[in-house]
Amino acid sequence: MPELDSIASLEARREEVAFTLARYRTVVTMCGGTACQACGCQPVARAMTREVMAQGLEETVYVRTTGCHGFCEQGPLVIIDPGGIVYVHVTPEDVPEIVAQTIRKGKVIERLSYTDPVSDKTVQAEDEIPFYTRQKRLLLGENRHIAPRDIDDYIARGGYSALAKALDSMTPEAVVEEIERSGLQGRGGGGYPTGKKWRQCRNASGDARYVICNADEGDPGDYMDRSLLEGNPHSIIEGMIIGAFAVGARHGYIYVRKEYPLAVVNAGVAIRQAQALRLLGEDILGTGFDFDIQVVRGGGAFVCGESTALMASLEGKVGEPRPKDIHTVERGYLGQPTVLNNVETWANVPSIIRHGADWFASQGTERSKGTKIFALTGQVKNTGLIEVEMGTTLREIIYDIGGGPKNGREIKAVQTGGPSGGCLPTSQFDLPVDFDALYEAGSMMGSGGMVVMDDSSCMVDVAKYFLAFLQDESCGKCTPCRLGVGRLLEIVTDISEGRGSLDQLDLLEDLSWTISVASLCALGKTAPNPVLSTLKYFRDEYLDHIENKRCAAGVCRALIRLVIDSTLCDRCGKCIANCPHKAITGSRDTSYAIDDELCTRCRICADACEQHAILVR
Amino acid sequence: MDLSRLEEILDSKGSETFAIMEVLQDVQEAYRYISEEAIVRISERLDVPVIEVFRLANFYKAFSLTPRGRHLITVCAGTACHVQGAPRLLDTVLALLNTKPGETTADGAFTVETVNCLGACALAPVVVIDGKYYDHMTPGKVRALLEDIRFEDELAEDEDEEEVEAEANA
Ligand SMILES: Cc1cc2nc3c(=O)[nH]c(=O)nc-3n(C[C@H](O)[C@H](O)[C@H](O)COP(=O)(O)O)c2cc1C
Repeated sequence: MPELDSIASLEARREEVAFTLARYRTVVTMCGGTACQACGCQPVARAMTREVMAQGLEETVYVRTTGCHGFCEQGPLVIIDPGGIVYVHVTPEDVPEIVAQTIRKGKVIERLSYTDPVSDKTVQAEDEIPFYTRQKRLLLGENRHIAPRDIDDYIARGGYSALAKALDSMTPEAVVEEIERSGLQGRGGGGYPTGKKWRQCRNASGDARYVICNADEGDPGDYMDRSLLEGNPHSIIEGMIIGAFAVGARHGYIYVRKEYPLAVVNAGVAIRQAQALRLLGEDILGTGFDFDIQVVRGGGAFVCGESTALMASLEGKVGEPRPKDIHTVERGYLGQPTVLNNVETWANVPSIIRHGADWFASQGTERSKGTKIFALTGQVKNTGLIEVEMGTTLREIIYDIGGGPKNGREIKAVQTGGPSGGCLPTSQFDLPVDFDALYEAGSMMGSGGMVVMDDSSCMVDVAKYFLAFLQDESCGKCTPCRLGVGRLLEIVTDISEGRGSLDQLDLLEDLSWTISVASLCALGKTAPNPVLSTLKYFRDEYLDHIENKRCAAGVCRALIRLVIDSTLCDRCGKCIANCPHKAITGSRDTSYAIDDELCTRCRICADACEQHAILVR
Repeated sequence: MDLSRLEEILDSKGSETFAIMEVLQDVQEAYRYISEEAIVRISERLDVPVIEVFRLANFYKAFSLTPRGRHLITVCAGTACHVQGAPRLLDTVLALLNTKPGETTADGAFTVETVNCLGACALAPVVVIDGKYYDHMTPGKVRALLEDIRFEDELAEDEDEEEVEAEANA
């Protein structure tokens, strides 16, 4: 590849790429994110390439495998442009028909179209799917147009033009000002103003400066960072180069979870391609600016997502946080001024520079600007990654985009903000997504996890789940977190197993307060949130567990029993054959029974029973 | 134990501050655990006290200090998987294999692990077996998968035995 040694050469390349792409009459897009790969998109992609060649269409049909589109539940997805005809759950066997009918003749194959679970209607075009129409997909929408390992796709979409603009016509000071004026806040959970952080780093004194991309994404239930890094790595790289130019850094690092193998590879490939074009390295675009990026694989510790722990880990040490009396913008990696931003934060930077701070600030609410990506999961009809303008209400997200409850059940809560956040009841669903509004209600925007729960979830169990997670992930450096979270877990476990007492509820609140004020880092400080928010909004469930020894959702195992309804049971023997604990007895002639002592309430029998004769009591 | 791969990894290590982490990641990938010999050798080559290498290998979840089984089963315990039945999946796997999370079965065939989130939440609950993702799992489906693996392993063993016999006869 010829190097881009000037801004004009970048523009020339953009024209060349556009010219090449314009040759194709049809573009077939296939989603190749981690979730679609799990659903088998790769055989479909191979079949598509083969079929297009076999029918001699490779001159006019362009086949592109992209990153995640967000609609993971429907994968493998195939989209045919122009027209945006979308097919869901495609198998390799469907491919010849797609090529023969849709690509050759423009005919839509109804059978492969998407059926909206709310209206039960089939939808042919991508932009008519309700899941997408209610979103504002400024960042995520790009994934659909870009093959992550092809830098030319990114360039064709206007990629690196923000960098060219910054290097060509802006001073570092002006870049910082632009980000400040945009009102961009960190998307990694804290919501700290990004421009302010950059300015602090720029003003700090040091021998060297560093920029880091936090792609540790440890919150269970989140995967927006993975999808951005996997699907559009150059947008993050471009953001980081602009940030480095603004603060005066020469080296950058992307710290990415090892559990995200595809993101590690795609980020590495993207960096090498950018280096080959001289968009990274020495004398970027011939402007004399030097900057390079390395990918570092994280060691799989939740606490390493915390800024000081992440930098310790980068220094080859155990990832324990340190007190933040001196901020990392002044003394971060190797004791030098460092800017650490989240993946989504970096991904927002190029479009702010390209379209201007005013454009960005015109979106969102008074206090929170732009859009936010959420991982909408749990018990709703449509799950996947969504991106909405700040200020959209929880209700719009859960009911309009998510399509409401599944299986005719009733939604009772949404968990936002992961282990640092909380559970909000339906009475709070008119809250807008906005950093302050969610915080005031006792939860958090966090990094964007949104797990919807219906009446089959027990809120005591959810609190217990997060406490167990946090206890496991506490690094153990400070006492309030190490011991306090463990005590919270013991108490909630007591309650979930029928040993709870009412005064324990006060104890939970007391202890929570101590942990939140005395812990060293935000892991401990926010650890009580899942308990406090469930106590605040679902106190009756705690009371039911304590006073009636009852778990209405049928989740807490010590409080439930499995019984066989002999009027439904047809003595087929499936439950006996499937029970791993040999807890079920009975024969053709004697009625079936479950031995409570042997039964672990795993409910494998209930899944196996076609008569639905096994009931939870 | 063949340490040649370890030496290669150590030879090609970079000079960055996080080189030791990279070495440990590569050793974990190559050997599927960090052995005592490896810790001692890394300590010598990188001039870092043994206790420090051990501390890193012990602290980070990505590293394991005991050998892994031939098959790695990872049950995702993320929030979305949890509320959709991951605990029951884990129990099923543990009961069927008679082992504990993070441990390897006595025959060295299976290691069962949990992970906090794989980021495949829309497919919850998810189980990964030998790197392949299985979506919307139920205890019954996991059971069937494990039985398939066992069956294939037995077939492979039989073939091995036949080969040995054939060689002996020849
Ligand atoms: C325990 C803990 C885990 C965290 N994990 C992450 C993470 O996985 N990704 C992330 O971007 N920020 C995480 N953070 C927040 C970071 O400390 C930091 O605020 C953020 O990366 C800054 O970037 P931003 O301003 O762009 O959001 C975590 C914080 C804590 C206390």
